[in-house]
Amino acid sequence: MPRSGIREFFELVQGTDDVISLGVGEPGFATPWHIREAAIYALERGKTSYTSNLGLLKLRRVIARYLAREFRVEYHPERQILVTVGVSEALDIALRAIINPGDKVMYHEPCYVSYHPSISMAHGVGVKVPTREEDNFALDPRQLWNYWEPGVKALVLNFPTNPTGGTVSIAQLREVARFAQEKDLLVISDEIYGELTFAGKHTSIASLPGMRDRTILLHGCSKAFAMTGFRIGFACARSELTEAMMKVHQYSMLCAPILSQEAAIEALQNGAEAVARMKDQYRRRRDLIVRKMNQSGLNCHLPNGTFYAFPSIRSTGLDSKSFALKLFEAKRVATVPGNAFGESGEGFIRCNYSTGYGDLLKACQLIDAFVQEL
Amino acid sequence: MEKILQLLIEGEPFNTSQMAEVLNYSVEEVEARLAELKEKNILLGWRPVFNPAKEIDDWVRAVIEVKIKPEREGGFDRLSERISRFDEVESCYLMSGAYDLLVFVKGHHLKAVAGFVSERLATIDGVLSTATHFMLRAYKEQGFLLPGAREDPEKPKISP
Repeated sequence: MPRSGIREFFELVQGTDDVISLGVGEPGFATPWHIREAAIYALERGKTSYTSNLGLLKLRRVIARYLAREFRVEYHPERQILVTVGVSEALDIALRAIINPGDKVMYHEPCYVSYHPSISMAHGVGVKVPTREEDNFALDPRQLWNYWEPGVKALVLNFPTNPTGGTVSIAQLREVARFAQEKDLLVISDEIYGELTFAGKHTSIASLPGMRDRTILLHGCSKAFAMTGFRIGFACARSELTEAMMKVHQYSMLCAPILSQEAAIEALQNGAEAVARMKDQYRRRRDLIVRKMNQSGLNCHLPNGTFYAFPSIRSTGLDSKSFALKLFEAKRVATVPGNAFGESGEGFIRCNYSTGYGDLLKACQLIDAFVQEL
Repeated sequence: MEKILQLLIEGEPFNTSQMAEVLNYSVEEVEARLAELKEKNILLGWRPVFNPAKEIDDWVRAVIEVKIKPEREGGFDRLSERISRFDEVESCYLMSGAYDLLVFVKGHHLKAVAGFVSERLATIDGVLSTATHFMLRAYKEQGFLLPGAREDPEKPKISP
C-alpha cells in the first residue's frame, strides 16, 4: 500500500522556516476557550479513568439531542451511538464491521486521503466515482449508476467534501438515497464538515425517508468546533451495526480519552455561538481566496462548505505536484497537490483558507506572482 | 453589521488598500466608508494597543470609583464630561451599582496619579467620594492576550 501523498510533502515542508501554510487539514482557530476550560475542569476533578466502550452516557445523550436538533435524525443514546477517536477511527471500524473480503465499496473522489486505504485494509475493493469541477464537485447521482458494479456493498459519502468543499443539493441527495435503496447498499456518511455549509443548511442523508437504518452517520467535533487534537468522533447507526462497530472499537481502542469526551459535552451543548463566529470568518475568507485565485488565472469554483478552496492549476501547464513543489520552493507557500486526494484531484491544489487574513492576503499575492512568473 | 466595521473590530492591522482587497471594495470606497463612520461619531479615532508592561514611559494606571451628585438638569452628564476632559483620564463610564463613575486614569508615576485624584478630581464640587485602585499587572489588553497567556501551538504545516 503506498503511503499518503501528503506525507512526502509534509516532510519537505516541515523542516522549513518562514512558510505560509495553506496546507493543513484543520481550522486556523484554537479550540474555543470555554471548551478547553471544560477539559481542564474535568482534569481537576480527577476524571482520568476509562469510560464505557461506547463513551460517556452523558456525552451520547448530548450527541443524540444535537443530531436530532441539527441533523434531524434520531438515535438511541444507549444502543446506537459510539464515541470514537476522531472520525478516522469511526470510518475504519465502520468499514471493518461491514466488509467481508472482496466486498466492493463505492466512494467519490477527490476525497479524504484515508478512504481508499481504509477500504483496502478492511479487505474490501474500492470503486471510485469521480466528481467534477463543472459540477462544483457535487456528486452527480447519474455517475453512481454509471460506476456501479455487481458486488458493491456500501457507499462512502463525504459532504461537504475535503478537499473540494463540494456539497450536494437536497434533490441530488434524494437521488443518491434512491440509488442506495435500489442497489440495497449501506451508506457510510462522513459529515464532519456538516456545520460548515455556507448556503443553505446541511442535510444528512440519514434524515431522508428510509435511509436511517441503512446509514452509518459519522460525525465529530474536530472541524466545526476546532477540536482536531481532542480526537472526538462518533458513529451512529441502528443497533446491530453499532454493536458490530463496538466490537472492533473495544478491542482496538477501548474508549476515547475521557477528557476529550468531557470537552465534547461542553462543545455540543454550548458551542453554537463559537461555531457561528468561526463559520462567518471562513465564509469571508473563502470569498477572498476564490476571488484572488480567479484573478490570478487559477479557475476556482465557489466551494459551498469546509474551509478549503480547490483551484485548478491546469492553465499553468504544470501537474499538481510540480505546481505545489515549485510554488513552495519559489515562494514558501505550502499547499497540497490535488492528486494526494486521488487521481481525480490531478490538476488542482487544496488551499486551506482558515489562516489569518494577513497570511491569506500575502499567500494570494505570492501565488499570483508565482503564476505570472511561470 | 457593516462589513468594514466588522473588520475594524477584529483588529487586523490593515491599511486602506488591504481593507479594500479583503472586502472587495475600491480604496476610494473604503476611505469614504471610514470618513462616514467618523462623521457619524461611530469611529472616534485610531490608537495602537501597547503591552502595558513594556511601555517606554512606565505609565502607572489606576481605576477610580467616583460617587457624584446628580444635578437637577442634566443628571450626571455635566460632571462626567468635566471629569472626562482631564488629560489623565483615558476612559470614563457611568455605572450602575455602588458608585456612579468608573474612571480609568494614567500618569507618569504614582504621585502624579495620587495628586490628580486628591487635588483635581476629589475637589470638584459635586464629587462626593473616590476610591482608587492601582493596576498591578495586565493579562489581557483590549482583546489582546499578553505574552505568557498567549498560545503558541506546535502545528504541522501540512496535514490531510
